[in-house]
Amino acid sequence: MKPGTRLKSAVCDTEVMVIRTAGRTIECGGAPMAEAKPAEAGTLSPDHSNGTLMGKRYVDADNTYELLCVKPGKGSLSVDGVALVTKDAKPLPASD
Amino acid sequence: MNIALLLEMAADAAPDRVALVCDGKRWTYADLLAAARGAFEIIQESGVEYVALLDESSEASMIGLFGAALAGVPYCPLNYRLADEDLAALLERIAPALVVGDEERVERIAGDQGHTVYSRELFALKAQETWPEGDDREYDPGEGIAVQLFTSGTTAAPKAAILRHSNLLGYILGTVEFAAADEADAALVVVPPYHIAGISALLSSTYANRRIVMLPSFEPEAWLKLAEAEKVTNAFVVPTMLSRIIEKMTGGVTADLSSLRAIAYGGGKMPREIIEKALSLMPETGFTNSYGLTETSSTIALLGPDEHRAAIASDDPKVRARLTSLGMPLPTVEIEIRDEDGKVLGPNEPGEIYVRGEQVSGEYKERSALDAEGWFPTRDAGFMDEDGYLFLSGRADDVIVRGGENMSPGEIEDVVLTHPAVGDACAVAIPSVEWGEAVGMAIVPRDGHDAPAEDEIKELVRSRLRSSRVPEKVIYVDELPYNEMGKLLRRKVKDILAD
Repeated sequence: MKPGTRLKSAVCDTEVMVIRTAGRTIECGGAPMAEAKPAEAGTLSPDHSNGTLMGKRYVDADNTYELLCVKPGKGSLSVDGVALVTKDAKPLPASD
Repeated sequence: MNIALLLEMAADAAPDRVALVCDGKRWTYADLLAAARGAFEIIQESGVEYVALLDESSEASMIGLFGAALAGVPYCPLNYRLADEDLAALLERIAPALVVGDEERVERIAGDQGHTVYSRELFALKAQETWPEGDDREYDPGEGIAVQLFTSGTTAAPKAAILRHSNLLGYILGTVEFAAADEADAALVVVPPYHIAGISALLSSTYANRRIVMLPSFEPEAWLKLAEAEKVTNAFVVPTMLSRIIEKMTGGVTADLSSLRAIAYGGGKMPREIIEKALSLMPETGFTNSYGLTETSSTIALLGPDEHRAAIASDDPKVRARLTSLGMPLPTVEIEIRDEDGKVLGPNEPGEIYVRGEQVSGEYKERSALDAEGWFPTRDAGFMDEDGYLFLSGRADDVIVRGGENMSPGEIEDVVLTHPAVGDACAVAIPSVEWGEAVGMAIVPRDGHDAPAEDEIKELVRSRLRSSRVPEKVIYVDELPYNEMGKLLRRKVKDILAD
C-alpha cells in the first residue's frame, strides 16, 4: 500500500490517509479498513470505540505506522488489534 | 498524498467559513474547493504541462495552486517583475503552460511558445462556472511535483526548484494543527505569490482554517489600514516591509492593531535596530523570526515570541545576541554545521548549514542537491551556539577568501554599520593580485551626514577585527541594490566595485 492511499472504516464514518505503513492490517472499530466501503456496515467493537478526530495523526509505538484522519467516526484505530495513539504536533508559533 | 487534501479537509470541516478576502471579495472554503475542481477541468482540457501565474496575489493564486494539484500538473508562479527577456526564457522552460495573468505581456514576449493564456478574472470566473461531469472524478494521487519555483538567482541563473506533494504536506502536517484557528483569526498575506513564503502561507492558513487576507502589492499605509479593517491577527513580512511599516507608525500614521497577536518575518537579514524598534512599538505583539529556503518548503528554524522578549530584556550579551539569531531548528528537521570537507562542526564553529527532513526537497529540475544520506547543503554560512541557537553569517558563496583565510562579509559589515555616519554597507570580494581576493566595501552615508573618510572606516575595522578584514577599496553610493524581497544583490555590488 502506498502513502497517500485513503482507507475507509467498515463500521463507521472514519476515513484515513496513510502516511506510513509496514504491511500489517490497519483496522478501525475492530474491523479491517479498505479503500472501498463494504455494502453493509459491520458492527463496532466496544473495545475499539473511542472515536477518531479529524486532522489528528495516529501512530504506533515504533512510528512505523502513521495515519491522518480525514473524516471522523465512532471507531478507533488499531494495527493487528493494537491501538494507535495520537501524535501531537508540537505547537509552534505561526511562521508563515 | 496530494496537497489539495488540505483544502478538501477545510471545506469538509468548515464549508461556510470565510477562507479568503481579496479585493473586497470573500470566498468560503466550499467556494474555493468548487473553483479548484473547476480549474482541474480547465487544466485537463488544455493538455498543458504546467500551470503558471504571471500576476500579483489574488483568488487565482489559490485556485491555480489547488487546481493544478488536483490535475497533477506543477504550479509555477513567476516573478512578474523580471525583464521581458528573462521572463520569456522562463516561460520557454515550462511550455506548454496554462498561464494565468498578464495576457498582453505573454502574447508579446512568448506568443510563439504554445501557451494557453487566461486573464485572472476569466480564469476565476470559468473555474467557478465549470462543474465536474461526474461525482467521482479521479484526481491526481499526488506522487509527483506540486510546485516549481524559479530561484531568484542572486548569484547565478535561476534554478527550477521542485517541491513534491510529500515535501509540502510533510511541512504542513508536521507544523500546523488542523482547524486550530478561531473563526475571528485572520492572516495578512503580502509576500508575492512566486515566493515560497507566499505558497506556504496559503497552505498553512488553509489547514488551520485561518482566514487569508490578501494585500496584492505592498504599501505600508495600505497594510496598516487592511490590518485594522479586517482585524488581522497574524502577518508575515520581509524585513524591508517591517522597516517601512515602522517608519509610518513613528511618522504619525495611526492604525488600531489591537487584534494583531503575531508577526512573523523572514526572507532576508533583519537589522537589529528595526526589530528592537518593532518590539517597543508593538509591546503586545509576538514576533517570530522564521528561517527557511525555497528548497526546504519554507521554515526550518525559528526564534519565537518569548525568546524575542527574553533577549531584549536580558543584560547578558549572549542572550541579547539571540535577537539576531535564527532561533532553533523545528522539531521535525535536523540541522548540522559542516566544514568544506563535510566534517560536522561543534558549537560556535562557523561552516555551512546542512538540513535534513521530510519537508526538505533539495531538488532541482536538472538534479538533486541532496547527499547520499538525504542532507541538503543550503549554501548558507552560519554557526550554532552551545544552546542550539542558529546564527546566519551570509551565503557560503559570498565568503571572501583572502590568502586562504575565509571571511564573512556580515562580520565586517556589522562593524562598519556601527559608524554613526554609515546608513548601509556591503562587503564583497574584489580580485587582488597579492591575495587572490580582498575586501571591497560599498557604503551608503546616513541621511544628514557627510560620507565618513575612507581612513576612518579602515581604522574602525582594524580596531575591532583582524587587519586582514580591512577593506582595500571603499566606494560611496546613494543606495545598495536590493531585490523586491529585500535581498541584497551582492553580485551587483561586485560589478559596481569592479568598475
